[in-house]
Amino acid sequence: MSVAQPLLSVEGLSKSYGGVHAVRGVSFALNAGEILALIGPNGAGKSTCFDMLNGQTTPGSGRINLLGEDTTGKKPREIWRLGVGRTFQITATFPTMTVRENVQVALVSYGRRLFNLWTSTPRYARAEAGRLLELVGMGGYAERPCGELAYGDLKRLELAIALANQPKLLLMDEPTAGMAPRERIELMRLTAQIAREQGIGVLFTEHDMDVVFEHADRILVLNRGSLIAEGSPEEVRRNPQVRAIYLGEGLVYDARHREGAPT
Amino acid sequence: MAFYFVQFLTGLASAASLFLVASGLSIIFGVTRIVNFAHGAFYMLGAYVAFTLTERFSGAIGFWGGIVAAAAIVALVGVLVEMVLLRRIYHAPELFQLLATFGLTLMVEDLVVLIWGPSDLLGRRAPGFKGAVDFFGQNIPSYDLFLIGLGPLVLGLLWLLFQRTRWGVLVRAATQDRDMVAALGVNQKWLFTSVFAVGVFLAALGGALQIPRDAVHHAMDLRIIVDVFVVVVIGGLGSIIGAFVAAVLVSELNAFGILIFPKISIILVFLVMAAVLIVRPWGLFGRQEAAARRTPGLTINPWRPLTSNERLAAVAALALAAALPLIGGNYALTVGSEIAIFVIFAASLHFLMSVGGLASFGHAAYFGLGAYGVAFLAKLAGLPMILSLLLGPLLGLAGAAVFGFFAVQLSGVYFAMLTLAFAQIVWSIAFQWVAVTGGDNGILGVWPESWAASPAHFYWLSIAVAALAVAVLRIIVFSPFGFALRATRDSPLRGEAIGIDGKRIQWTAFVIAGTVAGVAGALFAYLKGSIFPDSLGISLSVDALVMVLLGGVETVSGAILGAIVYKALSIWLVSQTDLSKLVLGGIIVLIVVAFPKGIVGMLETIRQRRPPTPPKSALLTSGIETAE
Repeated sequence: MSVAQPLLSVEGLSKSYGGVHAVRGVSFALNAGEILALIGPNGAGKSTCFDMLNGQTTPGSGRINLLGEDTTGKKPREIWRLGVGRTFQITATFPTMTVRENVQVALVSYGRRLFNLWTSTPRYARAEAGRLLELVGMGGYAERPCGELAYGDLKRLELAIALANQPKLLLMDEPTAGMAPRERIELMRLTAQIAREQGIGVLFTEHDMDVVFEHADRILVLNRGSLIAEGSPEEVRRNPQVRAIYLGEGLVYDARHREGAPT
Repeated sequence: MAFYFVQFLTGLASAASLFLVASGLSIIFGVTRIVNFAHGAFYMLGAYVAFTLTERFSGAIGFWGGIVAAAAIVALVGVLVEMVLLRRIYHAPELFQLLATFGLTLMVEDLVVLIWGPSDLLGRRAPGFKGAVDFFGQNIPSYDLFLIGLGPLVLGLLWLLFQRTRWGVLVRAATQDRDMVAALGVNQKWLFTSVFAVGVFLAALGGALQIPRDAVHHAMDLRIIVDVFVVVVIGGLGSIIGAFVAAVLVSELNAFGILIFPKISIILVFLVMAAVLIVRPWGLFGRQEAAARRTPGLTINPWRPLTSNERLAAVAALALAAALPLIGGNYALTVGSEIAIFVIFAASLHFLMSVGGLASFGHAAYFGLGAYGVAFLAKLAGLPMILSLLLGPLLGLAGAAVFGFFAVQLSGVYFAMLTLAFAQIVWSIAFQWVAVTGGDNGILGVWPESWAASPAHFYWLSIAVAALAVAVLRIIVFSPFGFALRATRDSPLRGEAIGIDGKRIQWTAFVIAGTVAGVAGALFAYLKGSIFPDSLGISLSVDALVMVLLGGVETVSGAILGAIVYKALSIWLVSQTDLSKLVLGGIIVLIVVAFPKGIVGMLETIRQRRPPTPPKSALLTSGIETAE
């Protein structure tokens, strides 16, 4: 399958709050099946950038093109309908439903049955919900109340929900924040595997450099709202500007990398 | 021209009291996050206590001293309330806080009648401000001029208090982040208590200052609280300057609205409020609240459809209920019909509250609209009963469609206040538009046709409709729509991120609930044979809230049991005591503090008390690190 145009292309994206330029003139593109990491120190503009991509925030200027459609300023639910799945830094799920029902709601929405008042939801697309849960390793938890899941499992469930609309692009805001180190690696490995198998493009922000350098095909580095570097993990790691910003962190990474990253 | 100027000044003078009460409410909300429904009750208490003191002590010192002393005394009562009641519910869902303070209001209403008697009391005029100033042939009471000056003065004093004192700094800090203030070693308990005392003092002062202008009576609490809710919704909850600007705006709209729509001046205020909410959903000077606590949200037990055994049990219960005419007399059947009607009403509110997470404090509006719809169709258009019953609820649907559209733009306490204000507006239209609604005299002679006229037949009709309504609502709960509604309640963020248009879903739910409430109202009109503005009133809205709470907010169909128990109890109570509000208020407070899960919720908890299995992670045992 040849891809004539990128899945996502962003041109001159900017946003300022009062006098603060949170994001200035950011441009990049993402291709199908590619895993792209957006990194940068706190306050670099990662979250603002992300919120503009998924419609949470309206861009100050610039254009966003998703799957051949201009989505600048569109609402999150409209962007979702185009085939974008997303996960949140702090998980957002439906705690009063079972794990399976969480996925079923997303499937109901994908099937455009939201205003159906008559049929039974617990029986709707049970098998498909089960398949998605198996995919993320949550098959055995389908009938559990979502509210009593451990945090790592909630992240997994979020991934299953995000896959419900058969997305072409996944937007993941700090997918491993708040997780134990082993879980982080595990979750990103799973995500990368699913993305590669299904040809889904992934854009994620992340603070954990182990995760970033292990899984990203390409890395974008933001600092003070501007893109300062872009390239393969190897290129980015060697970039002196990035090293300067991440001063300690880059060195620590190298040291750890030589010992062999924890698996 | 002079006339308009005087009208303008009258408006400004009215704004003073309104500002005092609204700023008190705002200050309390800012720090404690409680919307103090009892604020109107404190306002009324201030007026009553001031009346007694100013009658008792003569002279200028007696009068002005009495006013201030009254406010101080009521503030002390407020401190007591805060320490005994509110401290127990600071962490409860906001719906429970609103209800508890409403229960308090009911109790105060009866206590006031018990102490001061039911008739209106006319207070003394203020020494030094007894006369009037002549302005181009128009008289302006000099007391009005005093009040006009007082408003900005209090605003200035509050500003100094909050900007220039240590206490003020703490309060402002707590308004922004009370957890951080607690972490810095500030004694939160006393900070909350003192803030509550200041807020209540302002409310009571507002009430005390009214006595030279207006009669003191035992319904002034609800009247002011609706105005105050409108003021804080327009001005922005938590903002004192917002309270001032909005108080002036609302008072002026009232003053001039009377000239334009003499009968229904409240419409003008409503239109302005709607306009403000569309442009600035958090009020003119308000800020968007951080993610609200979920209402309800005490447990995490997922709902499930009835098993076939439970379905059989439900049918058996219905059959048993249908057998009542075999043993009961006419009175029992009439009571039975009324209970069935209230099961429908409570179930409709329960749907909105439990499934939608939208606690409407004005649900009676749609009940009453359904009843008036039937009355119009049967009396004015002369339609047959079946048609009236089918079409009457459409008025409830229309009302819910219009008001619901605005209401669902907001959430949490704003939603509650707005629905209450809407219901009050509908009530005042029914009350004041005498030509169409008959005003206080209501519409009489709405009797069922012969096929449904006998108590037994009407009873069967009522329980049949009730069973149908409950069944339909239950099916909707488990339908895709019901799940989308719950999804929006649980996490609006996630809902939007999976393509759910939360506002439209909630609006639809509001319309469904309003229509079902209209069905209940339609039956009610035929049961009583008449319809009065009371059927749209606040007390009926609160009855429904209590039924839902009593049954259990977190259950699928708890409202059924709640309605049966509550209605039977209150019919019995009214026959036993004159102080039904006092007892009712006490019951509400007790439920909120002691049994927040309601009857059905408690039964479920007992039934599910099985040995808990600790949840384990799917692939790894999970260590939860604190998110940054």
